[in-house]
Amino acid sequence: MITLENVSKTYGSGPQAVHALKPTDLHVAQGEIYGVIGLSGAGKSTLIRCVNLLERPTTGRVVVDGQELTSLGRQALNHARHRIGMIFQHFNLLSSRTVFDNVALPLELMGVAKREIRERVQPLLDLTGLSDKHDKYPAELSGGQKQRVAIARALASRPKVLLCDEATSALDPQTTQSILDLLKDINRKLGLTILLITHEMEVVKSICHKVGLISAGKLVEEADVGDFFTSPSTRLGREFLNAFLELDPPQALIDRMEAKPGPQTHPVVRLAFTGDAVSTPLISRLARDCNVDVSILEAKVESIQDRTLGLMIAELIGPQEKTQQALAYLKSHDLQVEVLGHVRRNA
Amino acid sequence: MSGAMLELILMATLDTLYMVGISGLVAAALGVPLGVLLYVTRPGQILARPALNGILGIVTNIGRSIPFIILMVAIIPFTRLVVGSSIGTNAAIVPLTIAAIPFVARLVEGALNEVSPGLIEAAQSMGATPYQIITKVLLPEARGGIITGLTITVVTLVSYSAMAGAVGGGGLGDLGIRYGYNRFNPVVMLITVAILVVMVQGFQSLGDTLVRKADHK
Repeated sequence: MITLENVSKTYGSGPQAVHALKPTDLHVAQGEIYGVIGLSGAGKSTLIRCVNLLERPTTGRVVVDGQELTSLGRQALNHARHRIGMIFQHFNLLSSRTVFDNVALPLELMGVAKREIRERVQPLLDLTGLSDKHDKYPAELSGGQKQRVAIARALASRPKVLLCDEATSALDPQTTQSILDLLKDINRKLGLTILLITHEMEVVKSICHKVGLISAGKLVEEADVGDFFTSPSTRLGREFLNAFLELDPPQALIDRMEAKPGPQTHPVVRLAFTGDAVSTPLISRLARDCNVDVSILEAKVESIQDRTLGLMIAELIGPQEKTQQALAYLKSHDLQVEVLGHVRRNA
Repeated sequence: MSGAMLELILMATLDTLYMVGISGLVAAALGVPLGVLLYVTRPGQILARPALNGILGIVTNIGRSIPFIILMVAIIPFTRLVVGSSIGTNAAIVPLTIAAIPFVARLVEGALNEVSPGLIEAAQSMGATPYQIITKVLLPEARGGIITGLTITVVTLVSYSAMAGAVGGGGLGDLGIRYGYNRFNPVVMLITVAILVVMVQGFQSLGDTLVRKADHK
């Protein structure tokens, strides 16, 4: 539904040039919710603005719903934009218009007749839970309600694609969840394809099917959300995940940790279980079969959509050859093993 | 005070209202579009034309830097061309209008500048044309600021119109100078000033009321 081919954006030229987005390929399938995650300044905003050409890419092609936007003239582009809704971090509602008139705006721009506008706006207000807010002005609404108006407005032109630019970043966690539920709902009900950018893993976790990780203007990792949350393939992906899961060893242990194993040290490992491994009594088998003691420092279980992820930080205690054997045993099973370091045991 | 004096004061009040009213209306009709043009042709704006923007900016600044009393005399040939005479109330309206246009334009430009760029971006994402952005987003969103600017303009015109006497334009300021100052009649002076104060208060309250109605921020 959305295809970016070799799309890049450079501001300025010569030595002062800023490469906000390096040549990027991206594909979002029909009906999919695709999340692009990255730190601020990574190029997320530029990327999403290139999709509807709010930013004209320096190179590359943008194809939305089979139409190559980058080849269109001004008028045809405005036409194509009617089929692409967009919502923003700061809602961008017109303060001079009521809720109803804000939602009606895109239809007015398209030249839809007054009566048809009335018929089309009301169901959108119902869908977004704003039926009783009709004649209110944006200043009278809460942040969550404003974003609902913005969503209703974005849907008014019956778009095929919805672009969400940090749509929940200005909202509190509870409101964020209700907006995400609404987005998920319209994705299912209307079969709407959604491309969103965010810096919050929570957003990706709760509604996205696929995720792309962007860093320094480059899409460095792309995966199904289930895979990303269980085994990110890049360092940055792991950092995002660990920060999100808040699963790091206690600081006192980190301070004592050494990078290389020695004769008197024990490995500290982070284990991530997915699929069948979650229900296998692996730790007790490890103790029995490899003859090592396992000291569990931290553990938690997360559900990522339909998948379960078990996480554990543990210290393997025993003679070096036994702990090496234990690591090999763990790695032979369907789980992620990461050796964080080695600690000297205080006898 | 004689009946003739009262009649003079009444006529002068009407002259002032007439001069301020006409010049205010024409200045708004021409100054608002000029202000919009100054804003939308800025570099990076929806109709960016940097060269045109530069020229408009210079012309506007020239218009604003000429002292009104000099402007009034300097454009006498133009005034004669427009209203057929270089003296009288109508002749005063021309320089008042010319002075007010760039004033309005800068105030309108400032009001548009207060509109969040995010709104323009949102409208563009909906496929709005530049004309639609101006009429459906920029002007309605800046309505409060524009009315504030027009109120300031009208109040300024009231005080400028006092100089209209220099071209025989009449009005309260002229009356105050001729009878109050030149003929040492403090009562006339006080009355004209009092009427001007009431007039300015009235315009200001009217403007404030309209802004309150227009703004939903």
